[in-house]
Order: sequence, then structure tokens, then C-alpha cells
Amino acid sequence: MSFPLLTATAAIPAVGAVATAAMPAARRSAAKWLALAFALATLGLAAAQLVRFDPGSGRAFQLTESHAWIADFGVRYQLGVDGIAVALIGLTAVLVPFVILAGWHDADVLEGAEPNRRWRPTQGFFALILLVEAMVVMAFEATDVFLFYLFFEAMLVPMYFLIGGFGDRAGQRPEQEAADRRSHAAVKFLLYNLAGGLIMLAAVIGLYAVTAGQLGHGTFSLTEIVQARAAGRLQLATTTERALFLGFFFAFAVKAPLWPLHTWLPGAMGESTAPVAVLITAVVDKVGTFAMLRFCLQLFPAASKWATPVIVVLALVSILYGALLAVAQRDIKRLIAYASISHFGFIILGVFAMTTQGQSGATLYMVNHGISTAALMLIAGFLISRRGSRLIADYGGVQKVAPVLAGTFLVAGLATLSLPGLAPFVSEFLVLVGTFSRYPVAGGIATLGIVLAALYVLVLYQRTMTGPLKEPVRAMPDLRVRELAVVAPLIALLLFLGVYPKPLTRIVNPAVEHTMSQVSRTDPRPDVPLTDAEVAK
Amino acid sequence: MSSAATVHSLWMTAADAPKRIPAPHIEYGQLSPVLIVLGAAVLGILVDAFLPRRLRHPAQLMVALVGLAAAFAAVVALAAGGYATDKAHPAAMGAVAVDGPALFLQGTVLLVALVAAFTFGERRLDPAAHGRPVDSFAAQPAAVPGGEAERAAVKAGWTTTEVFPLMLFAVAGMLVFPAANDLLTLFVALEVFSLPLYVLCALARRQRLLSQEAAVKYFLLGAFASAILLFGIALLYGYAGTVTYSGIADVVNGTVRTVDPVLAQTMGNDALLLIGGAMVLMGLLFKVGAVPFHMWTPDVYQGAPTPVTGFMAAATKVAAFGALLRLLYVVLPGMRWDWRPVMWGVAIVTMLFGAVVAVTQTDVKRLLAYSSVAHAGFILTGVVATRPEGISSVMFYLAAYSFVTLGAFAVVTLVRDAGGEATQLSKWAGLGRRSPLVAAVFAVFLLAFAGIPLTSGFAGKFAVFKAAAQGGAVPLVIVGVVSSAIAAFFYIRVIVLMFFNAPEEGGPSVAVPSLLTSTAIGVGVVVTVVLGVAPQYFLNLAGQAGVFVR
Repeated sequence: MSFPLLTATAAIPAVGAVATAAMPAARRSAAKWLALAFALATLGLAAAQLVRFDPGSGRAFQLTESHAWIADFGVRYQLGVDGIAVALIGLTAVLVPFVILAGWHDADVLEGAEPNRRWRPTQGFFALILLVEAMVVMAFEATDVFLFYLFFEAMLVPMYFLIGGFGDRAGQRPEQEAADRRSHAAVKFLLYNLAGGLIMLAAVIGLYAVTAGQLGHGTFSLTEIVQARAAGRLQLATTTERALFLGFFFAFAVKAPLWPLHTWLPGAMGESTAPVAVLITAVVDKVGTFAMLRFCLQLFPAASKWATPVIVVLALVSILYGALLAVAQRDIKRLIAYASISHFGFIILGVFAMTTQGQSGATLYMVNHGISTAALMLIAGFLISRRGSRLIADYGGVQKVAPVLAGTFLVAGLATLSLPGLAPFVSEFLVLVGTFSRYPVAGGIATLGIVLAALYVLVLYQRTMTGPLKEPVRAMPDLRVRELAVVAPLIALLLFLGVYPKPLTRIVNPAVEHTMSQVSRTDPRPDVPLTDAEVAK
Repeated sequence: MSSAATVHSLWMTAADAPKRIPAPHIEYGQLSPVLIVLGAAVLGILVDAFLPRRLRHPAQLMVALVGLAAAFAAVVALAAGGYATDKAHPAAMGAVAVDGPALFLQGTVLLVALVAAFTFGERRLDPAAHGRPVDSFAAQPAAVPGGEAERAAVKAGWTTTEVFPLMLFAVAGMLVFPAANDLLTLFVALEVFSLPLYVLCALARRQRLLSQEAAVKYFLLGAFASAILLFGIALLYGYAGTVTYSGIADVVNGTVRTVDPVLAQTMGNDALLLIGGAMVLMGLLFKVGAVPFHMWTPDVYQGAPTPVTGFMAAATKVAAFGALLRLLYVVLPGMRWDWRPVMWGVAIVTMLFGAVVAVTQTDVKRLLAYSSVAHAGFILTGVVATRPEGISSVMFYLAAYSFVTLGAFAVVTLVRDAGGEATQLSKWAGLGRRSPLVAAVFAVFLLAFAGIPLTSGFAGKFAVFKAAAQGGAVPLVIVGVVSSAIAAFFYIRVIVLMFFNAPEEGGPSVAVPSLLTSTAIGVGVVVTVVLGVAPQYFLNLAGQAGVFVR
């Protein structure tokens, strides 16, 4: 038996979480280094996946593992990755070390004066981050619907404690009020996602009942169901398929989040620390859009096509609504949260445009949005930790005292507005092209999102970084070495993938083409409308 | 000779008894779990009568633990001997079934009781009275609360060691209840386990008036339920001319071999069958705590001594659902089209009512009581599946749920202030800051109640919903999912309270328990996690055991 690389990639951060949590109270700094080491080890394994993965092999899933698990439920421990999963696991593994590094001191304020055996917030903070990573990686790898569902739901628990337990202490409000808002945001996050997940549970059970009724044994294996449907052994009635699709889609739309299910995101991102906000938007939310591609489209192709018009409209609303609200925000972190909602609209639009460009654009967008938002949010976090305020109005003229901070913030912001030459441009362009070839009007409306993005990013930069130097900002130090170590690689990645996206497209495209063939959709021919006379010929 | 003839010629039978009544054939070996527990209970009474006071507590604890363990070993031996599968048969002249569901549920009850006995024996939590360690039970239950006699009893350091034999008697009844194969045995078993529970509820050391009120409420409502059940039995007997399950089932299905004239008259009378069946169901639904027969749960759960609440909440549910399953699957399957709509309604109302009302609770024990109502509804969705998966999924759910419940109530015994257990939810604020381990353990139990994946609660919920969906009860699954979402809200609220709220000044502290309660909580956590991560072995067990003998 070959080395179970996929299991190891998920197991290493889980082991790291346990090891970090077990560190004694006095060894805080050792716990941080241990967590970082495990995150780097995970990155190594993710890199190994990338090396072992062969984009040209033609197989749907590679590096597969399959073991019996809960036979009574028809559940197998079944893992496998396609190009999309490899790319997103890579994104997760890249971001988590930076998240840890950026959050190096986030838990310090919670520490008591004396090391306390029972109360070890630092250990808890880093253990929870690693636990989230393990569960997210597992969700990306699972090719069994039930196994996916387990981790899709279970990751809410550590995430919830990260949001509620380690909130942003930079607010100027009284501590108690901040704590109340924080736990409110955490509960809202959990309830929204739990409700979505439970509705999905009904659909998961329905899927089991259908397969058990028609195949003789219930199964959750994605490959088995897809094959059985292709061979005609498994036939879903139209209404059944639509109901199941909606159950799955609802959960993913909450997670992604898609308008009008997005209202938990600004609170959760605003109240949590910047690294945790990155974890939410750049890593955990990607599971939602990823699952739309992997599960909604492949399991329920006909229903996906049926729902496309509505979903495209919702995605457009997300793009414009998120962008408009971002323009109106006075709070830096909430601004980034609304910008993310707008970007998730683009991703979902690309997924449901059902064109090769649209879907590879959406996949690239997931990766690029992860990197650019992480950069923007983490730098914003560094900025906020210096001044102790999240309000845009409290800043001004920062570039005079902290030029490196301001410069990197500008680059990350320009990436967010998809400036050509930076990574998100490629993906946004592909999404728009892909959408335009099938839904020209939708493509046209979506471009408005880009205009608004320029508005909110540049206004944010102008108000905080330029202009007269405000008094409280005068003594603001520039980025420190640790902070530079977080920012510089992310900026470098944005530049590299913006100029040379080929490594990413090379692994993503075959997977996208495979998904498209599952949905039995082909790209519309790029042609000009024929005149009647030409048709007659 | 047909059973109906026996019934209608009692005088004749009595007249020539020596010839006509055969000596009963009792399979003592196959009834050994019940007999061992009863024997231990009797021994416990002797211990209380003859041993000196200071030796009683350890001796009683030892008798109870050894008795329960031996009975569990007997159940395992019977199951290994094939009595759960191919050798399953009605024993003791058809009064008791020895089959898979009976043995599985008996095993569950015994394990639950074993763990509960640990919490019963805990003497480290209450501050010592006059230098002697005391447990959660009243010094002298017969003394007037706050009166002279009570003060004297407390001063003398008395404890009520009778709780152990009482519990053992209740366990014996619970062992027979799901195995009962005729209606009279069912009724006797019901009374055998109910009466000791009424007494146990009244024995709290703290807040004795509340405890006694709970016991009286439980007793009165329980007596009503018993009376209704008994009336139902009488009507069913009037209908079928027999009290055995298989006999009634034959009459219901119309497969009875010889129909004498009297039976021919009554068996056409559907009113007897419908009303009788409904009344028997009511009696069982009362024990299960399903809406609208749930009124007793919050008060009794709150007033009873917490170890008793944990034991009762877990074990009664196992026994009562076992009896309900057997009644619906063995006696009344021919009536499926009549009872299914009713049970659908009960399940839907139970799930929604339990979840919605729990949201407003401010006392942790009442919260868990309403949560147990909601869980009764979830289990009912598996019961109405009317498929083999229905039986096995319900049994799995019961096993999973009972250990979560035991563990949760054991944690409740630890959080204390000057007035005893601090069950006001507001006092639990910031518990996670003060004792992270206890709060984390309680959070695990709450997450299992909420059905978060990788806990036993999720596996159980998935099993019953799956069975219901396969049985065509998709609307029930949807209601179940919606109520789970509502239920999640109040479980999560407690977690928020414990971890994210600042601790209050003078709030409760967490008492350090002895090995007994620690073991009980530890077992609860281990079972919760193991059944959540690797449930296959236990699902197999429940699946193999999922066939009723007739």
C-alpha cells in the first residue's frame, strides 16, 4: 500500500492541534513555534500532493484512498483529489502559516499575569487554527458525500470558538460590550451555518434513501453515484433531484455566502481578529463554493441547469450589493467583508455560467481571492493593532510615517480591485468572459462590480493612507520583521500568479473540463449572429 | 385448547385444577439477568438491615455494582449463546421474550445503571456534615423538611443507603419492561420500575420540598398513566380474549386458528381494539415523555436528586421505548394504518414543542428535561419507520443518548454554590474561564445533544432519520431537521454562556469529585466520542439484534 498522502495532509495539522493544546501553560512561545512547525509540515505535504498530482492523467480523482467505515450508513472513508481540490488544499496550506504568524500575539491579551494550568488561551488559539485547517483539508479531499458533510459541519465548532473566544480587542467600546457583540457574531455565524448544514442533512439522508432504493445498497460515494447515473442504473425523478439539489445548495450558499444568506459574514469578520477573519473568508468559505462545483454540479446536473437562471441573478445581486455596501462602510474590516461578498458573487457566477472559462476562472478566483484578501486583511489587522481602532475616519496620512505598510496595503488593495498584472485580474477576466459567452447581459452587469471595487478600494486607501497626518497616527511604527515575513510572500505570490498563472491553470483546467462533461454542457460556439441570408445559404 | 376457551371457563378450569394446569416451565438461565438484579436488590435490603451504619455505604455500593456487572455478564453470555438471534424465543410460559431487542436493551439498561450507580455513590461533592461524608440523598427522608428530626438525622450523619436497593428494583422492572411478551407482565414491570423511581425522586438532600413536590407530581401523573394503561389492557383483553402479544396479534391479523363463538362476537368490535390500543400507547408515551404526555418531565427532572434524574432520564427512556417498539411491531403491526398517522402527529408535536419550549428555559435541569422531550420526538421518527432499520436505529439512538444524558447530569452535580447544585443557567456564566475542563466536557455533551457530526448524537440522529426516510416519512425528517436547528440554538447558548461570558462574582465553583463521578463522566465522554467516530460495530450489534420474536 502506498503512503496515504491525503490522510497525512489532514492528520498532520490535527496532530499539531493536539500537541499544541497539550503544551504546558508556561511554554507559550514554544506552543506558537510548534503550531507554526506543524503548519509548515502541512504545507510540505500539500506541496507533495502538487508534485504527485498528474494533471494529464485523465482520471477524475487521484491519490485515492478508500476504506470501509460505517457500512450501515453506506459510508466509506474515501478520499481523492482533482485539480480543483489540489489547488484549494495548496491555498489552505499556504495561508495557515501566515495566519499563525500574523496572529502571533493575538491571544496574549487573554493571558493572565501568572501562567495558569487551566487557562491557556495561547495554546487554545493556535490549536483551534490547526484544527480548522485539518477539517478544511479533509472536506476538500473527501469524495464520499457523508464524509464531506461530517467535516463541513464539524469545522463550525473550532471556528465558532475562534470567533467568539478571541475577538478583536481593538475596538474603543467598553470591554463588556465588545464581548457581547463578539459572542453575538459567533452565535450568528454558527446558527446560520448549522441551519444550512441541517437542511443539507435532510438532503443527504434523501440521497441515501434514493440510492438504497434503486441500487440495493445505500451509498454516498461520489464516483459510484456519478457512474450509476451515467449508466442509467440510478434515475432521479425531476422533483426529487431538484429538492436534493436545493438542500445541498442552500448549505453551500450559506457558507459561501450568497446574498441573501450573507448577513453573518460582516459581523463574524468584523468582530474576530484579522487572522481569524482571513481563516473565515479565505479558507472556510471556499469550502462552500468548492462544494458547489464538486457536489451540486456533479450529483445533480439537470437540477443545476434548472436552477442556473435564479442563481446567476442572486450572484449578480451579491456582486453589486456587496460592492455598494463596501463603499458605504466606515469600518475597515467590515468593508473587506462586504468586498468578499461581492467577490463570492463573482465566483458563484463563474461556477454557474457553465462554461470552461467561467469555471476555471471561478476556481482561480477562489485561490486568488484567498491570497489577495488574506494580504489585505492581515495588513489591515496590523494597521488596526497600531491605532486601536477599526474606523476609517480615525486614520489619515499613514503613508508618511509607515510607507512600507501603506505600500503593501495599496498593492493588496489593487489586487482586490483586479488590476491587470496582479493575480485576481486573470480570474475575474475569465469569469466575465465565461459568463458573457452564455449570458451576455449578466456579464455586462457583473462588470459594474469592478467599477465599484475600484471605488471602495481607492477611497479606503485615500482616506487612511493619504491626506494630512492625523495626530494619533503620528508615532505609528512601520511593519516589523514578523509582519513583513507575512506580507512579502503574499504580495510576491499575487505578482507571480498575476504574470504567470499557467502553473495554476494547468492543474485546474482538466478538472473543470471533467466537471463540465458531467453536467453535459459544452461551451457555446463563439460566433457572430448570422443574418437570415447567411442562414439560408 | 384455545386460549379463549381458557378465559371463558375459569370456573371449570378451577374445578379440575390438578389435571388441567401444568407446572410452569421457567427457563431460569435465560431470565438470569433479571434474577441476578432482583437478588442483589434483596441482598441490599439485608445489608441495610444487618450491617452497622458506617459499613452500609461501601457494602451497598459494592452489592449494586457487582450485581449489575454480573447481570450484564449474563446478558452478554445469553447473546453469545445465540439467544439474540436463532435461539430467540418467548420464555417463562410466553410471558417474557428472550430475543435480540430484549437483550440489547437490557444490556443498555444495565450499563446505564452501572454508570449511574457510580454517581449515586458519590460522597465528595456535598460538604461533610458534622465530619461525615454525605451523598446527594436526604439524611432521613421520612423527617419533615427543616424539622427537628431532620436536624437530628443530619447531626447523626445518617445517609439513605436504601437508594441502592431501590435503584436495583427499578432496574429489574426496566429489564422486564422491554422484554414483556404479554400485557400483564408489561403492567407488572411498569409498576416495579415506577414505584422505586417515585420514591427516589423524593430523596434529595437539598431543596427537599421541591424534591417531594416532584415525587408527588410524578406519582400522581404516573398513577393516572398506569390506570389508563391498565384500562387499555382490559379493553384489549376484552377484544382478543387473551393478553399475550402473539395471541392479540393473531386476532388483529385474523390469523387465529380456532374461533369460538365468544371470540367471534368480540373480535368484530373494532372500538375495543382501537380504544384499548390507544390507551396502552398513551401509558407508554407517558413514560417516554412524548407530547402531550410530557407534563411531568420538567418538574420531576428539576426536583429529583440529580443522580436520580440522570438515571431516570436515560434508563426509563430505554425501557419505555423498548416496550413501545415491541407493542407496535409485534402486537399492532396489523393496525399500522391506524396508528401511524397518530404517531406521526405525536412525533412532530413532540420534536417541535420540546425544542421550542427549551429555548425559554433558565434552569439547566429543566433545559435538559425539555431537550429530552425533543429527543423523544427524534426517537419516535425511527419508531414510526415500521422497518427493521427502525428497530435497530432506535436501539442505537437509545444507547447513544443515554450515555450523553448520564454524563450531562453528572456534570450538573459538580457545579455548586452554597445552596447545593447551582442549576440556574445564569450562574454558569464564565464557567469555561474558571474550570475549562468541566466546561469543555459539558460542551461535548451539548454538542452531542445538538447532533454535531463526530459525536454519538449525530450518528444516532442520522440513523433514525435515515430509517424514517426509507420508511417514507420524509416530512418527519424535515420537521426533525428544523427542530434540530431550533434545539441547536439553546445548546449553543449554554456554550456561549460558559465560554464567552465573564464569570460573575460569587458564582458557583466546581467541586472536585471522587473517582466515582469522574468515572461516570469519563465513560460518558468516551462513549459519546466512540459512537460518533466509529459507530459501525454498535450499529451492527443493533442491526443483528433488531428482530422481535413472536
